[in-house]
Amino acid sequence: MQALEYAMKKTMYEKIWDSHLVVDETGQAPLLYVDRHLMHEVTSPQAFEGLRLSGRKVRNPHSILATMDHCVPTKNRNLPIADPIAKKQIETMAENCRVNGLKLYDMTDPNNGVIHVVVPEHGFVHPGMVVVCGDSHTATHGAFGALAFGIGTSEVEHVMATQTLPQKKSKTMQVVVNGKLSKYASAKDIALAITGKIGTAGGTGYVIEYTGSAIRELSMEGRMTLCNMAIEAGARAGLVAPDEKTYTYLKGREFAPSAQYWDQALAYWKTLPSDEGALFDATVTLDAADIAPQVSWGTSPEQVVGVDGCVPAPESFTDEIKRQACENALAYMGLTPNTKITDIAIDLVFIGSCTNGRIEDFRIAAEMAKGTQVAKGVTAIAVPGSYHVKQQAEDEGLDKIFIDAGWEWRDPGCSMCLAMNGDELTKGQRSASTSNRNFEGRQGKGGRTHLVSPAMAAAAAAAGHFVDIRNL
Amino acid sequence: MEPYKKHESIAALMNRSNVDTDQIIPKQFLKRVERSGFGVHLFHDWRFNDDGSDNAEFELNKPAFKGAKILVAGDNFGCGSSREHAPWAIADYGFNTIISTSYADIFYNNCFKNGILAIKVDKEQLDKLMAEIAANEGVRFVVDLENQQVTTPGGNGFSFEIDPFRKSNLLSGLDDIGLTLKHVDKITEYEQQHKKDYPWLWA
Repeated sequence: MQALEYAMKKTMYEKIWDSHLVVDETGQAPLLYVDRHLMHEVTSPQAFEGLRLSGRKVRNPHSILATMDHCVPTKNRNLPIADPIAKKQIETMAENCRVNGLKLYDMTDPNNGVIHVVVPEHGFVHPGMVVVCGDSHTATHGAFGALAFGIGTSEVEHVMATQTLPQKKSKTMQVVVNGKLSKYASAKDIALAITGKIGTAGGTGYVIEYTGSAIRELSMEGRMTLCNMAIEAGARAGLVAPDEKTYTYLKGREFAPSAQYWDQALAYWKTLPSDEGALFDATVTLDAADIAPQVSWGTSPEQVVGVDGCVPAPESFTDEIKRQACENALAYMGLTPNTKITDIAIDLVFIGSCTNGRIEDFRIAAEMAKGTQVAKGVTAIAVPGSYHVKQQAEDEGLDKIFIDAGWEWRDPGCSMCLAMNGDELTKGQRSASTSNRNFEGRQGKGGRTHLVSPAMAAAAAAAGHFVDIRNL
Repeated sequence: MEPYKKHESIAALMNRSNVDTDQIIPKQFLKRVERSGFGVHLFHDWRFNDDGSDNAEFELNKPAFKGAKILVAGDNFGCGSSREHAPWAIADYGFNTIISTSYADIFYNNCFKNGILAIKVDKEQLDKLMAEIAANEGVRFVVDLENQQVTTPGGNGFSFEIDPFRKSNLLSGLDDIGLTLKHVDKITEYEQQHKKDYPWLWA
């Protein structure tokens, strides 16, 4: 009897999954309906080509919102793109959207920006939706209680043609974060601490739902940062149950339900949170009070430590694979075991990306930058996630704070998160970066990336090395 | 997509874990709008020296691994970015089979869309295969998808599990979209109900 009761209780993931099943027949992968499809220039051209070659059409053009973000310059936007291959990719995106009647925020559009920053700004994703994009950081939109995940280009084509995807049902993992974050610890630090705890494959095969009082306390921006990095822990998606913050955020935005439907939508959204007592396949628990501002020391997002810690020694790992990975990472990063994190000097600071390119990120960074000067020999760039973020920041006078402190204030784009647009580290240069990946060469061949929060990045810019911002 | 056939090929060894898609195909090669021609850039930053010459230290540059169709790699292969350019580069280079303990989710899906069989084995089995290759570089394994069997001259053969849907698609080389469109009536029916249940999404 008890087992039956449990069976009837559903997690939020199961509710969304069940309501989107189009076909579920034995011997075939279940077919899941897709409500929203997000696009950028890098992972879509070959999908459009495939569609064209097979004579198929986009089934629901209104489900698609596209932007240009990966290859776009973050300065001198008015000049032609110098790289001819990037230029062609940008032009191809514009042409594909025009031919297929898709909504596109192109490079010069006042709505342009990084896809995962732009989409929430316009209220394009709602709780309970299934959302895909040819981009692993699609997980961001789980912050709204939507099942959002990255797909490959063949799947982009599949969704355009059929509005569905064959999917395997994931297992569910609950990550509970209770307690209160310390001063200046942020959603980014929670995300890095989780990846550090469970590893980059810890979430493989799972959809994570983040719960607990520390998650409830996070703003929508903070929840986006957290869900954005679910993929860094290997998870298919991250989810946060919708609540009053979610509804308040969405209300009145361009693609949010209109007044006519608002109450009906709201009533539906309120049915989405996991049932009390629903069973998860795995549970991980963290205490927010234990999470110090995090700094990655290696070449994988699981290689992180609190700012008050030290670079680990390979022999401190009992697992042989982790020991070897540490050794390789230290060689690449040019770090010596047992160096204090606060003794690591940096050359460049990057604040931006789909992880930390929102207004709240620039507010806290500006708070740290105010009245300081970028340290000698350090370059600091602030790249808003969208033109709207840029405008908002300028309305609040944040741009002046950065510029007065010696920072560059740029136009929006993915920029140095993956260094496709020419913003990159040179060999051996070391960054404090608010992006999401510290893989070898991610920010430029031979570049060394330390992942941090915006507050930590801004403090490092002024000091020239990492600083325990809790002591400032 | 070419149907996947039983084959005997050189198995190359890449004894590293958490190989990410940024390494498999670095970002400077993602600007192209074609699907083909990525093989020459596979593992670019590891494979080539700064002057463009082959890096002799990089495992896939070993003469014994030239022409390999099978790649035996460490845990969590293909993590990170969703870029399908990674399996395009792997397939274009000549691999059609990967053997590892685990793969990142998106990469795993992408492999099967591109005719690449990604086989999962346990740690013990992987260690045996790695040891066999290390002891005899250039060794050839036989991969038989139909019977879900891999055999090796060193006697480290094994059978593997695979989702029947993925298996049949690989064997037939069939187009996923065509298969899905067989259900087009059900998709239309779902959409009509969806419009009634969630009218704000269609307003």
